[in-house]
Amino acid sequence: MAQTDMIFAGFGGQGIQAAGKLIAYAGILEDKHVSFLPSYGPEMRGGTSNCHVIVSDEPIGSPILNSAAVVMAMNRPSMDKFESYLEPGGILIYDSSLVNREPARKDIKAFGIPATQIASDMGNLAFANIILLGKLIKETGVVSAGSFESGLRKVLPERKHHLIPDEMKALRIGMDY
Amino acid sequence: MRETQMHYCPGCTHGIVHRLIAEVIDELGVEGKTIGVSPVGCAYNNYLYFNCDMVQAAHGRAPAVATGIKRVHPDNVVFTYQGDGDLAAIGTAEIIHAANRGEKITTIFINNAIYGMTSGQMAPTTLIGQVTTTSPFGRKPELHGYPLNVCEMLSTLKGAAYVERVSMHDIKNIRNAKNAIKKAFKVQIAGLGFSIVEVLSSCPTNWGTDPVNALKWIGEKMIPQYPLGNFKGKDLEV
Amino acid sequence: MGEKILMKGNEVIAEAALRAGCRHYFGYPITPQTEIAHYFAKKMPQYGGTFIQAESEVAAMNMVYGAASAGARVMTSSSSPGISLKQEAISYAACAELPAVIVNIMRAGPGLGGILAAQSDYFQATKGGGHGDYRMVVLAPSSVQELYELVVEAFNIADRYRTLCMIMGDGMLGQMMEAVEFKDKEDIYQADKSWAVTGTEMKRDHNIITSIYIDPEVLEKHNLKLQEKYRKIAENETRVEAYNCDGADVIVAAYGTVARIIKNVIKTAEKEGIKVGLIRPITLWPFPAAAFEKYAEVPQAFLTVEMSSGQMVEDVRLAVNGKRPVHFLGRMGGMIPTQKEILEKIREILK
Ligand SMILES: Cc1ncc(C[n+]2csc(CCOP(=O)(O)OP(=O)(O)O)c2C)c(N)n1
Ligand code: SF4
Ligand SMILES: [Mg+2]
Repeated sequence: MAQTDMIFAGFGGQGIQAAGKLIAYAGILEDKHVSFLPSYGPEMRGGTSNCHVIVSDEPIGSPILNSAAVVMAMNRPSMDKFESYLEPGGILIYDSSLVNREPARKDIKAFGIPATQIASDMGNLAFANIILLGKLIKETGVVSAGSFESGLRKVLPERKHHLIPDEMKALRIGMDY
Repeated sequence: MRETQMHYCPGCTHGIVHRLIAEVIDELGVEGKTIGVSPVGCAYNNYLYFNCDMVQAAHGRAPAVATGIKRVHPDNVVFTYQGDGDLAAIGTAEIIHAANRGEKITTIFINNAIYGMTSGQMAPTTLIGQVTTTSPFGRKPELHGYPLNVCEMLSTLKGAAYVERVSMHDIKNIRNAKNAIKKAFKVQIAGLGFSIVEVLSSCPTNWGTDPVNALKWIGEKMIPQYPLGNFKGKDLEV
Repeated sequence: MGEKILMKGNEVIAEAALRAGCRHYFGYPITPQTEIAHYFAKKMPQYGGTFIQAESEVAAMNMVYGAASAGARVMTSSSSPGISLKQEAISYAACAELPAVIVNIMRAGPGLGGILAAQSDYFQATKGGGHGDYRMVVLAPSSVQELYELVVEAFNIADRYRTLCMIMGDGMLGQMMEAVEFKDKEDIYQADKSWAVTGTEMKRDHNIITSIYIDPEVLEKHNLKLQEKYRKIAENETRVEAYNCDGADVIVAAYGTVARIIKNVIKTAEKEGIKVGLIRPITLWPFPAAAFEKYAEVPQAFLTVEMSSGQMVEDVRLAVNGKRPVHFLGRMGGMIPTQKEILEKIREILK
């Protein structure tokens, strides 16, 4: 049985929830079972935001994760909090423009990408999460880039569809980093 | 005030109002006999910020809780701190009857035209046309009724001794606000009846704007609906 | 069936209600179920229905009382503290035999408590949170898909028996997104609502909706009628899922989201050679006692897992009736029982 447990975390406004939803949507398009559980309430006012996402070949038990195979951290507090959630051999993907430390764990695979810097060079900070998702897709194979693109089409309102080519470019940058 | 970091969003004026209340309590020298009642709303845990004794009340019920406290300790200074959802929606019965009984308490009423805590729903004080999460097409009188002017309404009650509306949108008004809060407390201490200060306050987060424009919005949009000034008790000598 | 879409539990509740023909919703904001109202606020105008943000939960539930009296399919929703405020009108509506759906997306209490998931309103929902001898049907979905199906069903049950029907979920279920597949058309029970107040148009005797019966003999008779109705509901509407129970070493009783955690535990325990069964009540009232009676002598012991201090466990004990020990594991305050601690408890029980 293949099941991928993922935690996405960062500041509110970095597109954390959107990142989790995009992976979940791509999973549905591949006929997989998915669950997406956001953090909610005043917890979010403090500025941090996270979500638990599961993509699985079988019906999903608990939507809440006590550990994860994949953590995507978009700021330092998120990495501090969730690095320890990783299972041995797990994958940590983080925005090295904003996380000013190396991962502490030696039993995981870690990939730091200066996503915010790259996105800023591309002229749109909102691509940072997509760049990191590119790396996540590449390293985990949880969904394909093709389903990701179809997912984007579903999630984005028509009036934003012109952004899709650029989003896919950002995804590829992440995949090839 | 206690030395703790407040939990409000950047540009939220809840924190400023807290400071004014704390300064007034200090200047009147009544910290040791003041008891405050916290609401349900973004200020739910403002009991952490005041040095005086504090009680946390159920949503809208602060005036009733304050009544209970005041009747046990008539010589203490009792105040409630309430939002517009808390006071003007679910707690309308409690505030009207506390005022009408001439309950010797002081209410600080934060009107930000929105439910802040629960993510931006329409409040009774929401302006006509204002978009909120429960009035996504703007507040429409035929569906949602009209903005509720609390000071105007309460000032018709005999038990209400002092009623004033102030605003947080600039320094001058913040200074006026402090004077009003001080007078409201003095009216209570003099045993003259119920006193309330309504404070026009910002919620940049749920208004979908930045702190600077939020203050501008108070000045340009809220004040025409909620005129500032005294509605009752202007000439009380305290 | 249409395509699968990713939707939040709370939004699915509102969408399901619209599909079930509900055109009247009255509510008051409270976390973690505010998205239900947001969804209705956006969609109701399209359907020509009514969405009112009431001044309080007390008012919202009385608006439901009025709309149900008038013969409409009507719903309200809230979370624990708000549900407490609805109790007066719930008792009145039960007595007046009004059909309506109430959603409780539970959060941790007592008091203002917290906003995270809990199951501590089981007693309130199943044993009568308001006064008097009444019951309401309580449905406890454990996935977003089931949430959709049970909301539609709740409206049908409400109309079929002229009863209140509660959907009990928790913050996790309300906030989570899962794939949901809507039917092209819902099965909607068409009730005869000739009892409703619609105006006599001078063509019939007046209809009265009331919950006051001053004469004790009349009131007792009315109560007997209610009890007979509840007996019928228990006979026809009890729902339960029994999973992996034959030959189980331990049978766990859990409902809602907690039951999902147990399904993970079942897989892990299997690897250790422990067979864990699950009895998941889908109706909390009527309680599926028969399922427990059926398996009462199968396992070495039962274990009830709840996000409460132990509420449903009382019904499990009554149903198992001393035939096997019934253990309990609970977390409170918004804490969620982990697979690890449940598995440890099972090992300890089997020792
Ligand atoms: C009985 C009950 N109903 C609803 C809520 C949810 N709730 C918490 S705060 C709030 C509204 C707060 O709005 P307001 O009073 O305007 O305060 P603000 O956050 O804007 O300062 C509501 C409805 C609750 N806690 N209890
Ligand atoms: S949500 Fe609004 S009222 Fe609440 S703290 Fe933030 S800015 Fe202030
Ligand atoms: Mg407010």
